[in-house]
Amino acid sequence: MSIVEINNLTVHYPDVKALDDVSFVVNEGDFLGIIGPNGAGKSTLFDCMLGLNTKYKGTIKFFGKDIKNSKNYLKGIGYVPQKPIFEKNFPVTVNDVVRMGLRNESDKEKIDEILQQLWIHELRNRRIGELSGGQQQRVFIAKALVNNPKILILDEPVAGIDQQSIELFYSILRELNSKQKITIIWSSHDLDAVNKLANHVACLNRTLFFHGESEKFFSDDKLVKQYSEASMQEHMHHH
Amino acid sequence: MHRALISGIAIAILCSVVGLFLVLRRYSLFGDAIAHSSFGGIALGLLAGVYPLLTAYGVSIISALIITKIKDKYNISGDASIAVLLSSGIAIGLVIIGFSGGFTIDIFSFLFGSILLVSVDDTILILSLTGIILIVILLLYRQILYSTFNEEQAKVSGIPVEKINYLIVFMAGITVVTAVQLVGVLLISALFVIPNVTAIMYGKGFKQTAIISMSFSVFSVVAGILISYILDITPAGTIVLLSIGLLGGTMGIKSAGLLSKN
Repeated sequence: MSIVEINNLTVHYPDVKALDDVSFVVNEGDFLGIIGPNGAGKSTLFDCMLGLNTKYKGTIKFFGKDIKNSKNYLKGIGYVPQKPIFEKNFPVTVNDVVRMGLRNESDKEKIDEILQQLWIHELRNRRIGELSGGQQQRVFIAKALVNNPKILILDEPVAGIDQQSIELFYSILRELNSKQKITIIWSSHDLDAVNKLANHVACLNRTLFFHGESEKFFSDDKLVKQYSEASMQEHMHHH
Repeated sequence: MHRALISGIAIAILCSVVGLFLVLRRYSLFGDAIAHSSFGGIALGLLAGVYPLLTAYGVSIISALIITKIKDKYNISGDASIAVLLSSGIAIGLVIIGFSGGFTIDIFSFLFGSILLVSVDDTILILSLTGIILIVILLLYRQILYSTFNEEQAKVSGIPVEKINYLIVFMAGITVVTAVQLVGVLLISALFVIPNVTAIMYGKGFKQTAIISMSFSVFSVVAGILISYILDITPAGTIVLLSIGLLGGTMGIKSAGLLSKN
């Protein structure tokens, strides 16, 4: 059953077309890896899906309803941004941050449960700014999960994090999808990780040039090469 | 004296709570800017023969909302918009004072505070406004804290961030004019900023930091009023110097390594 439907999504900025006629469907329980070079429009896509950018053409539906008609769909989503920006000395503990994600104050026990699940319970009274990058990302995952979302959306969540934390992070995602059946939509530069974790892949570079099962993508050398070339061109363009 | 202490304590609590959100949003001088624009409102009230605090409230709130709108619409930086608001308010006040015949004792009391002269009606107004604002903050605590911590994530969670921003600015406007009676237009930012900067060095979580800030603020105000009464000097300067003393002491403790790293 489809949980997200994107139809003919197009976003124009003054100098560039950020997304051009993008259409795809995400089914319940999918683990979708969105890959693409820098500037491909991944963050723009997420901004539109999350209601942060409403200036687009086309339709975006969550749970069967057009998101332009109501913001209620956000209650079913947990979002982990690329690198959450906050003041290093902001006086909030790990507990405070996860609690921000709670919509219902009577669910406070859920905070302890989530912190234990993500192996950060002993950090609950530490200030968020004191933690390492990997620990902070687990806190933001905890905040995203505390309301039992049906969909978890993550925008390049492991950028700038140590390898050990990345491995732990991926094992958490695997468990969330396989055991708790949470639909995951995740943008990444790590082809190996996408190959191991995701059951579906979407290749984006302003347009969508592949969407389907990850096995099909990674067994097609031509497709993988095409993505790699696009990434290389983008890399060389910026350097 | 009792009225001064009661009003002072209420203002101390109000300024530290509202000020904490302003400091964390990097609006530390916003209170200063609103206070300077309130000076224009005070001068207008004195000229028109209307109770000056009423015109001050009106002008402050309107100025705060306009500058927030202009900052968002024209993408002017926060510090630049504060500079515009600050100078406009004083300039308008000076021009109006020019028409009204120059500086009077009333003008000085608004510039430097006059808590020892606070009336019963003023005290009731201060306590009422403090109570209302604190209740609003308690009711919307999660939304205000979340949008202060990270606006984008707050929006994604369904919080109406723009409305919350305007609410904060509105409450700041009311708080500033209320606090002007204690420390005056010129020293208002001290009440908003200094106890919070000090508390942030101590507190781990938000509630703990807010409580510490309120404690420092109340101590400075109560001690300041009492000392100034005994020595027959203006309370505003005494209060602010005590507040700065607490900050200095904290920095000393931190330098000596006696405070955990925050």
